Amino acid sequence: MEIGLVHYLTVAAMLFTIGIFGIFLNRKNVIIILMSVELILLAVNINFVAFSSYLNDMVGQIFTMFILTVAAGEAAIGLAILVIYFRNRGSIAVEDIRLMKG
Amino acid sequence: MIYTLCFYLFAIVTVFSGIMVISSRNPVHSVLYLILAFFNSAGLFVLLGAEFVAMILVIVYVGAVAVLFMFVVMMLDIDYSEMRKGFQKYLPIGALIGLVLLAELVLVGMGWSLQGPVTTDPATAIPALDQMTNTEALGSLIYTKYIFLFQMAGLILLVAMIGAIVLTHRKRPGVKKQNINEQVMRRRGDAYDIVKVKPGQGLG
Repeated sequence: MEIGLVHYLTVAAMLFTIGIFGIFLNRKNVIIILMSVELILLAVNINFVAFSSYLNDMVGQIFTMFILTVAAGEAAIGLAILVIYFRNRGSIAVEDIRLMKG
Repeated sequence: MIYTLCFYLFAIVTVFSGIMVISSRNPVHSVLYLILAFFNSAGLFVLLGAEFVAMILVIVYVGAVAVLFMFVVMMLDIDYSEMRKGFQKYLPIGALIGLVLLAELVLVGMGWSLQGPVTTDPATAIPALDQMTNTEALGSLIYTKYIFLFQMAGLILLVAMIGAIVLTHRKRPGVKKQNINEQVMRRRGDAYDIVKVKPGQGLG
């Protein structure tokens, strides 16, 4: 069977759903939630590159690189926030974070 | 044939490791499965003819982001078994939302079709491989048409770097540090006092 655009879109859709599912499943663990966000961004990247390849347009790959940039920055800032939160509170439980007012 | 085989191999391993990322007990295993997912999607990108993006994915995600995750997971001293308490409780609602989302995506995918021929700008069409490599084609676009976006991406990275450093930097009390300015500004008079001591009295 010929591998077409739909096959790649299916993989991306499955990864995206797994990412959303992971956010709900690991409500208490911020690290896994951040990893789920990375999975979602990866699914978006697969979509971009698949469309770029099948529509014969380079722009999809360029935007993939920009998404990669944002994902890297987001991971760095998120983990930095996590580290200082752990240093101040001694835990990273998500339930406590809503207590942090102004 | 080999293309089909490679696609299914990469796709199945990617989805499997995605599932393992969110469901494994140990966060270290989660990070390792995340790395596996990144490697296999880089394989998918190579199949799609986007070699440069695939290599960037391996370098940035595996080399930087996953290592950062690993670092944080190992550095923070957290009882992870405590965190899995709500796992069973959230499973049904999470599965429900996931299924709804997947059904919606499948519906969109089934109802979707290209309306008419796609017109791409000739400047952004993917050139044939014997004319220009993928990297060359990307570079010839990024540094011309998308130069401002490219610079913007650099600025985002700069802000992220400064933000991460400012957030995690802390001054620890009681740590002795060399202050060059103070050392250079020191004068002879600061180091000692000349005290005239009268004979037989001492300094008191």
